[in-house]
Amino acid sequence: MKTRILLAILAVVIAGLIAVPWVASYFYIFIFTEILILGLFAASFNLVFGYTGMLSFGHAAFFGVGSYAMALVLIHLEWPFLVSLLVSMGAAALLALIIGFFCVRLNEVYFAMLTLAFGMMVFAIAYQWRSVTNGSDGLAGFSLGSLGLGLDLTLANPAVYYHVVLAIVGVASVILYVICRSSFGMILRAIRQNPERVSFAGLNVRAYRLVAFVIAGAFAGLAGGLIAPFLRVASPELLHWSMSAEPILMAILGGTGYFLGPFIGAAVFVLLETWITSFTESWMLVLGVILALMVIFFRKGLLGTVLDWWMEVRK
Amino acid sequence: MSGIGSALLNSLDIGLLLFIIAVGLNIVFGVLNIINFAHGALYMLGAYLAFTLINIVGMPFWAALLLAPLGVAILAVLIDRFLLRYIYSRDVADSLLLTFALLLIINESVRMIWGSGIQVVQPPPLLAGSMSIFGSFVPTYSLFVIAMGLLLLAGLWYLFNRTRIGRIMRAAALDRDMAEALCINTRLVVTGVFAFGAWLAAVGGVVAAPMRALDPGMGDKIIIESFIVVVIGGLGSFPGALLGALILGLIHALVAVISLR
Amino acid sequence: MTNPVLTISNLTKRFGGNTAVSGINLDVMPKETIAIIGPNGAGKTTFYNMVSGRMQPSEGNVVLDGKDITGLPPHKISRLGVSRSFQINNIFPEMTVQENVEVVLSAYHGHSRKLFNIASRNTGIQHEAIELLKRLGIDNLKGQRAEVISYGDKRLLEIAMVLATRPKLVLLDEPTAGMTPDETRRTTKLVKSLADSGDYTFLVTEHDMDVVFGLADRILVMHRGEKLFAGTPEEVKNHPEVRRAYLGEEDDETEESNA
Repeated sequence: MKTRILLAILAVVIAGLIAVPWVASYFYIFIFTEILILGLFAASFNLVFGYTGMLSFGHAAFFGVGSYAMALVLIHLEWPFLVSLLVSMGAAALLALIIGFFCVRLNEVYFAMLTLAFGMMVFAIAYQWRSVTNGSDGLAGFSLGSLGLGLDLTLANPAVYYHVVLAIVGVASVILYVICRSSFGMILRAIRQNPERVSFAGLNVRAYRLVAFVIAGAFAGLAGGLIAPFLRVASPELLHWSMSAEPILMAILGGTGYFLGPFIGAAVFVLLETWITSFTESWMLVLGVILALMVIFFRKGLLGTVLDWWMEVRK
Repeated sequence: MSGIGSALLNSLDIGLLLFIIAVGLNIVFGVLNIINFAHGALYMLGAYLAFTLINIVGMPFWAALLLAPLGVAILAVLIDRFLLRYIYSRDVADSLLLTFALLLIINESVRMIWGSGIQVVQPPPLLAGSMSIFGSFVPTYSLFVIAMGLLLLAGLWYLFNRTRIGRIMRAAALDRDMAEALCINTRLVVTGVFAFGAWLAAVGGVVAAPMRALDPGMGDKIIIESFIVVVIGGLGSFPGALLGALILGLIHALVAVISLR
Repeated sequence: MTNPVLTISNLTKRFGGNTAVSGINLDVMPKETIAIIGPNGAGKTTFYNMVSGRMQPSEGNVVLDGKDITGLPPHKISRLGVSRSFQINNIFPEMTVQENVEVVLSAYHGHSRKLFNIASRNTGIQHEAIELLKRLGIDNLKGQRAEVISYGDKRLLEIAMVLATRPKLVLLDEPTAGMTPDETRRTTKLVKSLADSGDYTFLVTEHDMDVVFGLADRILVMHRGEKLFAGTPEEVKNHPEVRRAYLGEEDDETEESNA
């Protein structure tokens, strides 16, 4: 009965998301596109944080590298969009493998410091390697020609790009969800709660952490590959450490203990950002204040707080 | 070969400056088990407060060196009393998240108050210009930074090895419950240590202000370098912080020499 | 003649200038239960930590079924068939009792590498988990979150998890520590029945002498890191030096361990 209600709600939400371009203005189509992309970014982060218990402060590195990979492929090779997305995922996964190799063996505090430091290093490289990345201006001036599978794709119509993003984020979310519910996902949750016990069950905890880190990096790269055509630029801001703060806040805002938490967090985040930046430029300040308050008072996030409240009411 | 001599001296001033910053990070970690991501932001705040006191209010440098770190330390007490106290008993992740939020808040506040442009603080007249040492000219201010670093180094050594407060801090670092059992007010120790760490960061900021241009990214740069220092020297280790800072200072100077050629 | 499951020779651990464990030799035969006793600080836990890979020995060898496992990391030693429990509860607090066992079972069966199955539909592992919980008499708790069950039940859950990897050798570190007398009786009976079933080989450290004499085929007495004596429970009971060094202090020891 309970699962039926949930499935019904999910079906309504999906139908509503598909229908957005027919009922909403361009402004809201843009908003929803951004929510979907950042939601995937936050969900990939939560695989590392909420499930495996590794608090990474450098997740934007994978997001940004995914977007740069997309821009470079579109500018120099003009490959179809779906193929370019695979390149974005691959580039981010490779970077995650390198960074993860050094970081997953460390304890929580060192892990946090090192991921932040690596993230800032990647930013510095993108900022200074002008011949490839065009420095602080970033890479712009690319265009989409084809989607792949023999289909055309242009950016002229935001509704079309919204539907492409919806489909890709949908497929990616299902894959991520299955991973979270798999035996592998169960081991990740076990590692978060008690890594030593997992190693005494005969598993190499470092290897599992690394695989989780690389998968999360790949999906962050996918989200980055989707954001570049949407913003029409791949810029160093996408790699900056303050960009790493966004998935952290989204996951905590929605609730790190739930698969859908980061998506709900992304929706609240984007709507809040749009509203607040309409009257002040200091969005980062507001972001910091919200993060501090959420950590102190609502550690379970909106979803967790609402569900707890619902349980209370039903009693 | 005077280039090498001044490069070495230069490595010493950068190294000792880094030591001042990193040792604050280390002391806070040692006693509170918290990595303060906002440590670099507090350093920046110290530098900007000094800028305001010197360039806007018109105070002498020495007054700013006294007042700016004091202001940052008071801010740290407020941060501890109103924010950090909620999460001391929680998971390490929560303290990391909270200081990360503080980093965002302080960085953006600095940008709002002082703008994104570059600001410059002049060294005091006494320390302006350069001196001749072993036949090479060295900025007098570099010698001041080195003297300041050595003074703080000696002061910290004395504090931790020769005073009651230092011993209490070390006891609290080893075992907070034990310290509590010995009737030490650990609440006060925690607040004091956090404020002291912030004070050290801000002293570093004021000292650095005449050496480096001020911009809202200066906190990010120093926190990365401090992380490298504590990773080289080991978290919580006092001599390790000194060694790590001197090594990094040496690397800085070598890179500068090589890129000049 | 059968070969020993585990052969320990000259196992030694030094911390700085202190020797925590010194030159221990021990052969463990299949299906037997050996108890290791000794006062606090006798080196029992350090001994376990070396056998299970948590610590590197300073000297000596640990050979499991003819294979040298000295100094291997814990997950490799666990894979080769040594499974251990801990003095403090070591479970997954936010998972259900059944999931706790399923984690270990999927690790053992290699399911943990599967990214695209649905863990909650893995009936084979679920059955096995429930069978194990039944064997420990806690299958009625299977749906409870592990952090809310009683202390004694947590210890039993841990034994279920230890047995889940079908180990050649089971190390139990004070399985009844902190239990009520009732729980202690229940647990002793249970471990005894597991040992009698002939499916397992046990090494047990224990403070409670009733438990030790009820369970052990052989007893190794440690004192200040060294082997004081080894023999059958009868021999240990009658050994003058053991009585003086350890059994005489028995009452103080149990008080200390309960404090």
